[in-house]
This record gives sequence, C-alpha cells and structure tokens, in this order.
Amino acid sequence: MAELARRLPIPERLLPARPVLLVLVAACIFLTVGSSISTLFAQLTVAGVASGVVFGSLGLALVLIYRATEVINFAQGEMAMACVYFAYQLMLWGLSYWAAFFSTLAIAFVFGVVIQQVVIRPVQHRSVIAVVIVTVGLFILIDGLVEWKWGANQRFMPAPFGNQVYRLGGVPVARQQIGTIVIVLVCVLALWAFFRFTKVGLGMRAGALRPEAARLVGVRTNALLAVGWGLAAVLGAVAGLMTEPSQYVLSPTLMQPVLLYAFAAAVLGGLESPGGALVGGIALGVFLNLIGQYWTFVGSVLQLPVAFAALLLVLLVKPTGLFGHRSVRKV
Amino acid sequence: MTALLELNEVHARYGPVKALHGISLSVGEGEIAAVLGANGAGKTTTLRAISNTVEREGEVLLAGNALRGGPESVARLGVAHVPEGRGTFAELTVWENLRLGAYTRSGSLRDDFTRIGTYFPWLQERKHQQAGTLSGGEQQMLALARAFMQRPRLLLLDEPSLGLAPLLVTEVFRIIKELNESEGVTVLVVEQNAHIALQLAQAVYVLEVGRVALSGPSAELREHESIRRSYLGY
Amino acid sequence: MKRGLAGYVAVAACAVFFALLPFTLSDYHRGIAAQVALYLIAILGLNVLVGYTGQISIGHSAFMAIGGYTTALMSHYHHTNLVATLPLAFAITFVCGVLLGLPALRLSGVYLALATFALAVSVPQLPLKFSKFTGGSAGISANRIVGNTWLYEVAWSAAAVAFVFTWLLLRGRIGRAFRAVRDSEVAATSSGVTLAIYKTLAFGVSAALAGVAGSLFVLATNGFAQPNEFSVTLSLKILIGAAVAGLGSLWGVVIGAAFIALLPTISASAPLIGSTHGQDVVFGAFVILVMLLLPNGVAGLLLRLSRLRARA
Repeated sequence: MAELARRLPIPERLLPARPVLLVLVAACIFLTVGSSISTLFAQLTVAGVASGVVFGSLGLALVLIYRATEVINFAQGEMAMACVYFAYQLMLWGLSYWAAFFSTLAIAFVFGVVIQQVVIRPVQHRSVIAVVIVTVGLFILIDGLVEWKWGANQRFMPAPFGNQVYRLGGVPVARQQIGTIVIVLVCVLALWAFFRFTKVGLGMRAGALRPEAARLVGVRTNALLAVGWGLAAVLGAVAGLMTEPSQYVLSPTLMQPVLLYAFAAAVLGGLESPGGALVGGIALGVFLNLIGQYWTFVGSVLQLPVAFAALLLVLLVKPTGLFGHRSVRKV
Repeated sequence: MTALLELNEVHARYGPVKALHGISLSVGEGEIAAVLGANGAGKTTTLRAISNTVEREGEVLLAGNALRGGPESVARLGVAHVPEGRGTFAELTVWENLRLGAYTRSGSLRDDFTRIGTYFPWLQERKHQQAGTLSGGEQQMLALARAFMQRPRLLLLDEPSLGLAPLLVTEVFRIIKELNESEGVTVLVVEQNAHIALQLAQAVYVLEVGRVALSGPSAELREHESIRRSYLGY
Repeated sequence: MKRGLAGYVAVAACAVFFALLPFTLSDYHRGIAAQVALYLIAILGLNVLVGYTGQISIGHSAFMAIGGYTTALMSHYHHTNLVATLPLAFAITFVCGVLLGLPALRLSGVYLALATFALAVSVPQLPLKFSKFTGGSAGISANRIVGNTWLYEVAWSAAAVAFVFTWLLLRGRIGRAFRAVRDSEVAATSSGVTLAIYKTLAFGVSAALAGVAGSLFVLATNGFAQPNEFSVTLSLKILIGAAVAGLGSLWGVVIGAAFIALLPTISASAPLIGSTHGQDVVFGAFVILVMLLLPNGVAGLLLRLSRLRARA
C-alpha cells in the first residue's frame, strides 16, 4: 500500500484500508463479469453509475461543509432544488439550457455564500446542534419559499442531452447517462484541482484541519468558510440539474430522496474523504439498481430500508466509513 | 535602535482567568529578545496577545502602529507566529506547509524555496513527504522554514526547544541566529531553556505570574544572582 | 433548596393551569391543546437522549410510528382499551429503543445521526410491504373515534406522568450518569459509569416516550395510523421543538411543544403569504430566528431571567 501511494500522486491517507480496497476491486470484477454476461445487468449498472455520481456529487457538497465545520447541512438538497428552479426561471426568460446552466452555477455560489454569512455564521460558534437546527429550519424555509413562488405542481424543463441512445458493445446507454457522468466527473476534477493547486484551496484545507494555526499564517478562515458553502452550493446545483432530467419533471420534492442517498454516500465514504463520497455514491447507485431488479421481495417498496440496512452493516463493521480513518480526538 | 515591537501595559485573560497583569516590553529592530519564566508565568500568553489569539487589553505596537484585527490580519502585517506544538499541518505535505507560509503574499515561491535550501538542505528532497511523518526536530525546522516563507519582519517563536534532543536544540538555535543575522528578522522567542536563550538573545524578559519580574540585556542577566539560581541552577 | 421549591411551585401551577384550561377552550382548541401535550412527551423523550446523553437521533418518528401502530393494531384487532395501549406502546418501543441502542454504541456523532435517519426512513416503508396486516399506505383505523375532551384529558395526564417520570429519572443517579456520558465519555468510563448500560437505557427511555407520543398522535388523527404521517419531517419537527425548548433542561418543553404544535396553525392565517406555503415560510423563518436569538432555547432564557432576578 505504501508503495502504491508513493507511485501515485495520492497521499496514502486518501486511500482506503487494504480490506476495503479488496472489496471494492472484487465489486468491480463482479460488475464487469455480470455486465459481460447479461445486457440487462450492464444497463442497470450504467444507470446505477449515472444516478450514483449524482448522489456522490451532492454527498461531496455535504463532505465539503462537514470537513470545515463538522456539521451536516440538511438544507443542501433544498438549496440544490431551489437552484434548479432558478435555472428553470432563466430558461423561461429565454436563456438556452447551457447558458442557464452556467449562470445557475454562479447564482448558486452567491446563494451559498449569502446563506453562510447571514444565518450560519452567527450560530457557528455555539454548538453543532444549533447549526444543524438552523439548516433544518432552512430546509423548511426554502421549501416554503419555492412553493410560494413557483407552486407545488410539477414543471417541465428542456432536457440537456436529448433522448438519444448509444449502443456500447451491444449495451444500450442513454446519452443522458453519459452526459450526467461526464459533467459530474468534470466538476469533481475541477474541484480537486482547485483544492490541490490554488492558494485559496490550500487555505481552505488548512482552515478545515486546524483553524487556529491557519489563521496564524494569515488564512481568513471566516471568509473561506463562506467560499466553502458557495462551492458546496455549486456542487449541489450540479447534482440538482443532473437529477432533473432523470425525473423528467421538476417539483419541490425533487432533491429529498437524493439528499437521503447523498447523506448515505457521504457517510459510506467516511465523511472526511471527498473521493470516498463519490465512490460511496456510485456504489450505492449501482447497488440500489441491481437489488431493485434482482431481489423481487425487495422490489421498489423495500429498496430504501434495504439500502440503509446494508449501510448500517458497513458502519457496524467499519464505524468511520469505507475511507475513514479513526482519528484520535482531544478529550 | 528603534523598537519594532512594543507592548504597553498589556492584560490578557482566558474567560474569567487572568493570565497577564500588565506586561510592558519592547524589541528593537533586528534584535533577538527572549521571554523566560516558569510554567504558567504567561510566556505563551504574551505571544498570543501579540498575534491577538487571546482576549487582551492594552497597547501592542508594531513599528509604532497598533496591531488590530484577528491573527490573520496580524500575520498580514508581517508577524510570523510559530505556536507551541509548531503549528505545522501534519496532514499536508512539506511543500504545502511552505506554500501556506507564503499565504499572505503573491508572486513566485521558487526563489524563497531555494534560499530556504541553504538553511535546510534536506527540505528539497522531502518536498512531497507528509509533514506528520517528519521527526520532531524536522517538524520544528519545517515550522521555521514556513515562518521564513512568510518573509516576516517579526518572528514569534514559542518554545522551539520543546521536546527536542539537546543536539537538535543547538542546531535549531543556530539557524534562528543565522536567520536573524543574514535576513534581518527580528525575533521574540519564548523559552523554558534559559541557558540557551540567554546565549542567543540580546534582551531578556523574565515573567512571573503574568508580570515582568526582571528585564535587561542578557549579558547583565547572566550575571544576575537570582536568575542563575532559579533558571540556570548554578 | 430554594430553587427546588420554586420548581415544585411552578410544576403545581402548571398542573392547575392545564387542569382548568379545557373549561375555557372550544372543542377545536382542546384538540390542538392535546397535540401540544403529545409533542411535549416526544420532546421530553428526545431531550433525554440528545440533551442529557449527547447522542443525536433523527429517528424518533420511527418510534412514534411503532407506538402509533401498536395502538391502532391492538384496538383494531383486539379492541383493547385505548388508554391501556399507552403503557403497551411504552413497553414495546422501550424494547425497540434498547435494540437500536445496542448497535448505536458503536456509532457516534454524524454516523449515529445517519443510523437513526435510516430508521426514520425505513420504518414507514414496512406497513407498505405488509399491507394485508397494516392497511398499506391508506393506513389502519383503531375503529374508535375519541372526543377532543377525552383526548385532552388523556394526553395531558400522560404528559404529566411523563414529565414527573423523566424529572425523577434525571435528578438522581441515572441523570448524573447520563450527563457524565455526554460531557466526557472517557472521564465517565474512568469514574465507573458503565457506558453501554446507560447509553442503551437512555435510548430505551427516549424511544418509549416517543412511542407514547405516537399512540396519542394516532388517537389525535381520528384513530388512523398512516405511514406518511410518520415521515422524517416529524423527527425534524421534534428535534426543532427540543432545540427551541432548550437541550439539557426540562423547563422549556411546554414552550417547545407549543412552538411546533401551534405555529403552523397560527401561521396558516398569516397575512400576505397565507395558505400552506406560508406555514412553511413562517415556521422555517421562526426556527432560524429562535436559534439566532435564543442559543440555549427557552430553558436558557428562563435560566438567564432567574439569574437576573437573583442578582436584583
């Protein structure tokens, strides 16, 4: 493992423990073999990956905020949903899909920064539970505001990728699935590069690790927390915009199930690890798709409980998630 | 010699507990000053009062201007504070730690990095090592190197000898001296190890329960009876 | 000692107030007042867990569902006396709470939050799967409808019993052990508190109270137990109530319960926004405002006031 870490440009701490890595490799082999045997299996796997990267991207947003403040932002999904409505409104005003897409990302950033500054910052120093409650309040508030402005009925949005279906090695794959996977991965890569190569990104990492020490070298941790919320909102917006086409319609409850799975993905990945959230999301997406199809007792009704039961099982074996490392906390 | 740093009647508290009861001291431009004292005398708090990481009252002046704002603003005014426990980021690489040192300024870091190499030759080849895997002495050196990357006017060092083997202590202090002489950095160092601090510093302040009990040029204090008895043990 | 006396007086005054209150209320308002009582019980339960042992739970809607279904099913199939189903719900959810508390021993913080979240999401799915027995998404009826006056009396009596029960529980040795667990697990273990027992006990008691609240919840909705009534939102509502009341203290629970039971009703008639979205907007905004203005909830405010008075 140490040797692998030296050869790759990844610090060792970002790689999961050896047994976890083995399980992941085994899962990959299982999926590849299954896909080569059955076209349906392959189709389900690709669809699972496509929904999984969306869970992962919203999960990544949760991880970003969790790393900086040890708080789960319950409003993350609703913020994303509101952003999709912003995009919808921009398109109503005549913008093309992609113009609206990128404007929405900019709006999302500002949205996140404003929320952090106005309602999160004042309670930040009190307790984790206070911040959590505020995010729950935000959840309800945003929900209400969106319903007030746009109504609870379903809306229709132009589709970004069309309905084309490609055949890859005999397996039909929707263009929309490929588009979703590519867009999310590009965003995640951009984010990774931001954290690794830019000064602000480095400052944010330092601030998340040791706020006091970071301030001593001149990092404006408070301002960077707001930037973190902005980036999380952008990731959420991407997740939201990529969820919408797979649901075909837009409604205020768009992101509620996604938030659930994103939360699960983030925890599965270990909460501290951005890569873990993505892997966790993909694993969850594929698992849900396969189990819904092949285990008829579960069907669609028990999909959720079974997914969570599996997650709990993972947590009981490895209480800090797949990629998590048990950290020694100060007493 | 003009004073770069001046503290006038500085009080500090941690919540209800008062830690400093009116400290006054001044450090001249280009000077090395040392703060000595027993555990709990307020040495660390004095440094924290300067970088404003503790509730404080009183006047803290850098080159005649009051130091205001949080620690991040103080850092931007050219004060590098290496806190107790070194303040290096164990999870980041050596190079990332150095980049953080230069956080407050723009421009290329290559020149500074080469210059650092003359003081810490081993840093070059271990650029991509995780800082947490360095030895204690190496981490202390990294902390110094990081502070140097900041190109500070004033360097605040909190117990650089803590937890180091005697040979390494000498090495660390040699480098501090060198940084002071060839780079013109003013240094305020807090130390338990009075012996080495008295050799290094030009001016010395001795604290006792949050007050300056004694101060003067180190040559003078080396001769001082009570200092010798309480701190040097001979 | 003086503070203890003030406490007794306050409790007695509350008891008299709530005993006399129904005579001044309309039937409709008696129903709403009964809701305050059932939320009070749920908040008490959550407070035992979050406020006293520092373990978070977003799964209390699941325990309420279990309690609620206990009442509905027992009444539906066995015509059990409705009041008798309350202690039954207490016992069953206590066991469920202990069972969840055992795996929860291995989890902490956010991981525990997720585990309980999972429970909250999963439990309402179960009636859908076993719909022959439980009525599926349409729900199941207790086959008896209770009047608002009856409901008021039963709910507030249960609330009084629950309050005294938790108060007695928390003021003694067990309460001290709970707080020790919250403040420092390491210190608690080294001073001889058996972590595992107290943590699971807290889970059990907390769940049991939620179960009773769930029974009353079903009775308050015309005796109908429906899966979608027990969604995660209900858990979040109770969490909000507990935070408004103030965690780690029992004195704010009435206000916390009133907050979540009454605010939606009051704000439904809010000017400008009106309608159902208005409820959400007002509720959400109030939650945020309360957290910004009252960091320790109503209990913290009461404490501050009593300190001010003591100084004057």
